[in-house]
Amino acid sequence: MSILLDRESRVIVQGITGKIARFHTKDMIEYGTNVVGGVVPGKGGETVEGVPVFNTVKEAVEATGANASLVFVPPPFAADSIMEAADAGINYCVCITDGIPAQDMIRVKRYMYRYPKDKRMILTGPNCAGTISPGKALLGIMPGHIYLPGTVGIIGRSGTLGYEAAAQLKELGLGVSTSVGIGGDPINGSSFKDILEWFEKDPETEVIAMIGEIGGPQEAEAADYIKNHVTKPVVAYVAGLTAPKGRTMGHAGAIISAFGESASEKVEILSAAGVTVAENPAVIGETIASVMKKNAA
Amino acid sequence: MDIHEYQAKEVLSNFGVTVPPGALAYSPEQAAYRARELGGDRWIVKAQVHAGGRGKAGGVKLCNSEAEIYEATENLFGKKLVTHQTGPEGKGIYRVYVEGAVPIAREIYLGFVLDRSSQRVMIVASSEGGMEIEEISAERPESIVRSTVEPAVGLQDFQAREIAFALGIEPAMTQQMVRTLKGCYQAFSELDATMVEINPLVVTSDNRVIALDAKMTFDDNALFRHPQIAELRDKSQEDPRESRAADRGLSYVGLEGNIGCIVNGAGLAMATMDTIKLAGGEPANFLDIGGGATPERVAKAFRLVMSDSNVQAVLVNIFAGINRCDWVAEGVVQALKEVQVDVPVVVRLAGTNVEEGQKILAQSGLPLIRATSLMEAAERAVGAWKNDLDQNTRVRAVK
Repeated sequence: MSILLDRESRVIVQGITGKIARFHTKDMIEYGTNVVGGVVPGKGGETVEGVPVFNTVKEAVEATGANASLVFVPPPFAADSIMEAADAGINYCVCITDGIPAQDMIRVKRYMYRYPKDKRMILTGPNCAGTISPGKALLGIMPGHIYLPGTVGIIGRSGTLGYEAAAQLKELGLGVSTSVGIGGDPINGSSFKDILEWFEKDPETEVIAMIGEIGGPQEAEAADYIKNHVTKPVVAYVAGLTAPKGRTMGHAGAIISAFGESASEKVEILSAAGVTVAENPAVIGETIASVMKKNAA
Repeated sequence: MDIHEYQAKEVLSNFGVTVPPGALAYSPEQAAYRARELGGDRWIVKAQVHAGGRGKAGGVKLCNSEAEIYEATENLFGKKLVTHQTGPEGKGIYRVYVEGAVPIAREIYLGFVLDRSSQRVMIVASSEGGMEIEEISAERPESIVRSTVEPAVGLQDFQAREIAFALGIEPAMTQQMVRTLKGCYQAFSELDATMVEINPLVVTSDNRVIALDAKMTFDDNALFRHPQIAELRDKSQEDPRESRAADRGLSYVGLEGNIGCIVNGAGLAMATMDTIKLAGGEPANFLDIGGGATPERVAKAFRLVMSDSNVQAVLVNIFAGINRCDWVAEGVVQALKEVQVDVPVVVRLAGTNVEEGQKILAQSGLPLIRATSLMEAAERAVGAWKNDLDQNTRVRAVK
């Protein structure tokens, strides 16, 4: 098993006719993802990478039975596209777009509450690299070959730092059940806590790795949740020990503006919750491996 | 994006927030003239810089005559104001705002922020105006009133009244307080602000509620739909390297150290800085060149990093995902032929086609220091910087 995404997922790409979207659609199909269509308003009837394009997500869902979506729409229109996916009955949506206005995301989150929890679309991102269940399916822009199938569940805010962790695991012969990018924006679809819940329930995932960074309350929330609800071992790394207070470090959400938002405070809070913290980014893989060894013993 | 106090006051007054009469000046003569136009016999002269803590830093002067205004303004112009928010280099004063003084009965703190826990706009208010919010939360946390706004319907009157009563505003002034709060929220949501702060909001001895100061920060991602706000940008208040980087689509933050960093991805960039620190060095900057490490971008990044005279070594750390290491390596080689870099350069490539990438670096003839792991890269960069820059490790490229 894996979480959120597997071979059965029927994927559409919103904004599929864009140059970058086409490239990644091809990449996802080559990886084995079941891409069944695309959506671009006004371009219904065209074909991209062998899959049909529809004018609306509703049409795409009706015609293809799609249940997952990848949003590749430019920032001014991305929030609208996410809401369209939620309304059309998509179960899982990944939004790659970087640069969506924060208040658009507030509206998206509010809009999604109109659906009861069991019918509410799960959103990860925006501003993330996507989700991969190695050997099964890829919904995003990450390079599939750096992930081996396995039992480590990864949750990360950053794209390339997530690749770094996956590559370190591969080097050690360790694989990943699912890797989920939750993105670097201040208002995001799913938090660490939301994804921890999924990994805790997933029988295939043995150990969970959280890759956090400065800014925001979500690592501390996760620590609280881990303490009370997670039985599986959790490993964490938090980037930004050298980041100054009050400055945005690339990701819109990576800014230390309150207590508990600096890397050292997050490390302290996570350690107190029983999480094994990798002291530096070069030993994320080793730390996960040693926790797995201990867990198996 | 930050704007000046006088701009924030103009914006907020358009949404029904009362501000003191005031006018902008670019010279001491103009400041004195503005005071005469405003009338009255007491004025405040305020340096317009993008930073809090101006009062304590000497950027706000109470004046009782036009001569005093002239003198105060003359002392401010062209100076750098150093406050606890500006860093040691300070921010240049090129504009002052002259305001008529108002009789203050009490001061209130009022802030609107994006609250990441509730994922909504949160109002933070305190009866302890005039102090910084950090001080208030440390010293008088019980004085803080918080309220979140339901995004579907906006700020409701009852919420605004609750805040007014919790702050102990006299019933006769509740309506003014409600108007102020709703005006701020409306400005926040309609103009895509990420922060509105009025500190202090004052109640005057003649029963008026007035914003004595105003700060607004806007969401850079939403400026495309607010061209009139985007026009308020004042580049003189930005770090020139950071604004140059932003104009070129790079994300750069200057720091105090001497090892320049060129990395793809914000998280990996922070992790690289942390590793340098762990290896005994200090990063000179944060720099995320974005996903596609094209030769043009790498060249721009080198130019930017080398424009910091403190940089004594450069660490390039690229994890090639979709793009390939051989292509990134070619970009690095090409960039080093274009940009003069006379400090040691350590390159660490990882990801797709890493062997080909390494080969290209090795065959380039450039004295690059190569590394395979992140830790090794950081250690070599710190080592190169410490080891008195051996001639062999230098890159001397011709422009």
